[in-house]
Amino acid sequence: MPRKRFDLTFPPRQATKAITYHLVKDFDLVPNILRAAIQPGQEGRMLLELTGRKEDFEAGIAFLEAEGITVSPAASDIRLDEETCVLCGLCTAVCKPHALELAFEEGVLHFDKDKCVYCEACVIACPRRAITLSF
Amino acid sequence: MSKSWEEINARIASGEAVVLTAEEFGALAADEGIKTAARKVDVVTTGTFGPMCSSGVVLNFGHSDPPIRMAKITLNDVEAYGGLAAVDTYLGVTQPSSVRGIEYGGAHVIEDLLRGRAVRLRASSPGTDCYPRTEIDTWVRLADLNQAYFFNPRNAYQNYAVAVNSTDRALHTYMGTLLPRLGNATYSSAGALSPLLNDPLYRTIGIGSRVFVAGAPGFVAWQGTQHNPDQPRDEHGVPVASAGTLAVIADLKQASAEYFAAATFTGYGTSAFVGVGVPIPVLDEDLAATLALGDADLQATVIDYGVPRRSRPSVGRVTYAQLRSGWIEIEGKKVQTGPISSLPKARAIAAELKRWVAEERFTLTPPIQRLPQPGEASIHTLEIRTEEAV
Ligand code: SF4
Ligand code: SF4
Repeated sequence: MPRKRFDLTFPPRQATKAITYHLVKDFDLVPNILRAAIQPGQEGRMLLELTGRKEDFEAGIAFLEAEGITVSPAASDIRLDEETCVLCGLCTAVCKPHALELAFEEGVLHFDKDKCVYCEACVIACPRRAITLSF
Repeated sequence: MSKSWEEINARIASGEAVVLTAEEFGALAADEGIKTAARKVDVVTTGTFGPMCSSGVVLNFGHSDPPIRMAKITLNDVEAYGGLAAVDTYLGVTQPSSVRGIEYGGAHVIEDLLRGRAVRLRASSPGTDCYPRTEIDTWVRLADLNQAYFFNPRNAYQNYAVAVNSTDRALHTYMGTLLPRLGNATYSSAGALSPLLNDPLYRTIGIGSRVFVAGAPGFVAWQGTQHNPDQPRDEHGVPVASAGTLAVIADLKQASAEYFAAATFTGYGTSAFVGVGVPIPVLDEDLAATLALGDADLQATVIDYGVPRRSRPSVGRVTYAQLRSGWIEIEGKKVQTGPISSLPKARAIAAELKRWVAEERFTLTPPIQRLPQPGEASIHTLEIRTEEAV
């Protein structure tokens, strides 16, 4: 089943509404919240991964938009500053989904976006502060 | 077969020396045998680039007018030692900023200096007849300083522990974030490229040895702090735990930010990646045998950092080849591994040092004095006691 990532922006009032509940119950979509920055009374952001059928996606997104939520394809990403990175590999030690791999022979740090769950473990672990999460 | 230091240096001076990195030498020895490799090769270069907390720089600022005897000194809000002569100081890499904490420390000041950036120097003094000024607030660059040199009390550890955590919570350590219940294992040695693993009994590396420090030519000044040659050794005489260390000295003005990098370990503190490389002359087949050892031959001891004691329990022994594979097995569990010391940088250092020796005719110096050998050193612990109990 297809899986897609969306970047959701909530208007201040809507922030606490249980939208994921409706996505499951009414649209048969399986949501997975990868990142959320939601505070009552403020504009919120959520990085949401949805798994479901193609037609359900469209209906689900139409529902979100009707709720006043701005939905865009996820631009959320790990940014690696290659100038700062010293290729130590410490980030790979904390990345449980193996999204980060240091290829010793090539001397390159590979990042596999599809495996990343945006947990931020690498951001905190990197001694060079070379990784940032944009969102 | 044996070669003398003089023969090897003569070949370096004439540009004829055959120089390989420790990895290349290992591959040659595997192909053609240790005897042939020992005969063909004159010098083997090593390199390591890991966090080395016991590092820092000696700086001399020159005198202001009127002059000051600096007693309290900060550089970009990082405190430097004020207990030397008027405008001398020592800045250690782990010193945190009074404003930004561990996110910016002594190591970051040094990196800024290496990158040619101006650094804010503030100092105060009670004022004396000969040094009347009581305060100074100015900006300095590396080029403005009289002397600036690394004096690193402990670098290039001969092997190091592999860190795991058996507790139920994540631990933030100088070995990185250790995930609970043996969730990961971190290790910090360049393995086959590591200087002191290639000369395990300190035959060629001693006081006065010419070395590569952060991109600058330097010297081994002394045994490093906590130098412990008596750690357990394998059948090749190579330690399987953290053993020998080097104190090194080198000109900061000739160093490069390419081979020195400030580091912050979340929940632990500031440190610095320091690049160290040592060229080793291939004097005989005995030495060639240890130079040829690869990651599959070199072992490290796995230590449980979940035990907050001086003596932490060992939970096994693994080879660097296993660690590099990304997985090791501990107590029947498959554990993900990750390095702290940069192998690509270690390779770059060994390659750069190879270029120095082969092309820039960087000759080698036999030790003026040997480092303490097994049985010649003693490691003391710190006992907590009263004056009367001494
Ligand atoms: S955010 Fe988490 S999953 Fe993504 S690369 Fe970093 S550690 Fe891996
Ligand atoms: S931990 Fe940071 S410096 Fe080290 S390899 Fe990862 S991104 Fe690069």
